[in-house]
Amino acid sequence: MANKLRIATTSLAGCFGCHMSFLDIDERIAVLADVVEFDRSPLTDIEHCGPCDIGLIEGGVCNSENVHVLREFRRNCKVLVAVGACALNGGLPAMRNAVSLEDCLLEAYRDGIGVENPQIPNDPELPLLLDKVRPIHEVVKVDYFLPGCPPSAEVFWGFLSALIEGRQPDLPYDQLHFD
Amino acid sequence: MANLTIDGQVVGFEPGQTIMEAATAAGIYIPHLCHKPGYTPHGSCKLCSVKVNGRVCSACTFPAADGQQVISQSAELQQDRRHITQLLFVEGNHFCPSCEKTGQCQLQAVAYELKMHDNHFPQFYPQRALDASHPDIVLDHNRCIFCNLCVRASREKDGKNVFGISGRGIHKHLIVNSESGLLKDTQLTVDDAAAHVCPTGAILIRNTAYHVPIGQRLFDHQPISEVSLEHDHGQ
Repeated sequence: MANKLRIATTSLAGCFGCHMSFLDIDERIAVLADVVEFDRSPLTDIEHCGPCDIGLIEGGVCNSENVHVLREFRRNCKVLVAVGACALNGGLPAMRNAVSLEDCLLEAYRDGIGVENPQIPNDPELPLLLDKVRPIHEVVKVDYFLPGCPPSAEVFWGFLSALIEGRQPDLPYDQLHFD
Repeated sequence: MANLTIDGQVVGFEPGQTIMEAATAAGIYIPHLCHKPGYTPHGSCKLCSVKVNGRVCSACTFPAADGQQVISQSAELQQDRRHITQLLFVEGNHFCPSCEKTGQCQLQAVAYELKMHDNHFPQFYPQRALDASHPDIVLDHNRCIFCNLCVRASREKDGKNVFGISGRGIHKHLIVNSESGLLKDTQLTVDDAAAHVCPTGAILIRNTAYHVPIGQRLFDHQPISEVSLEHDHGQ
């Protein structure tokens, strides 16, 4: 079907919990598959995002690769959506912002309890870490925000249904939560 | 009885009452965080900003007067309140999923009430300390919004003067009145009003975390506009 909406999804500095919650729409994913096609997503293994109608971004921005992926999504998606606490405010990964990056690396790879063969990873293929974890709206323009850790399946379903049907999405009280 | 109007509704009031007190008595909710019935008004959070005869004032400190025309629920004021709440969120470190207060937090509940979906502003990520020195009470400065309620509670209710606010602007912070600056060296006890009055998760009682399951927490199904009026009338 050529007129299917295209949706891309990715997890940056996230835990894939939002993706798991999205999949909690259960059998309704079959209904969704009738009207949408997935582009780049952990569900498809497509490596790069092509022109899309909707981009769902889970996770904040913690390294250089996150920045590249986020900008690729913004370039290609008509509507970009921040999904979950980490995309909105950095979330759990941003709790490292209270500690300097050097101290983080030393604790994790050299000084921490149980560390064997201590060395800080420096393979050139590894993306460089940013000094602070950032929410995605500080890097690109974001059109919609779905708060929650994670947003429930009902939030995903209600939001996508509204967009697909051309309605303005809304979050009822029971679905608006930051935890 | 003298009268004023709030969003067109006629509200009676007693001499000496503030607009907030008149509104609460009439069952009208005006968003607030630093205000609490029975405490000296502080007027610092500005969430209760209303238009009184065309000028923006804090409802918790502004005296009610006969014939006042008060506007509270306009789209403009709600937008202002949403921005104030967003500023409170980005100015501290408010990570709801890892906070014991989540679901029972007034800051979070006000955000829900105002349909705040995102923080809008750049995160400040300030460096703030955690005081875990006290055997029964934890003080996490990351979540303090400088509402001054613990300061007032300690002075007015507990007669102890444990807390204070120091510094100005971005350097403003909550201080603890002891030689070491630590909570363990104060007279604060778990029975004190100051230990329970915090509207966020800055002051927490140890060994009480997550006792209320998700779905049964204070604001899980009932917005703060309803909870607040029920509680405030009860006092």
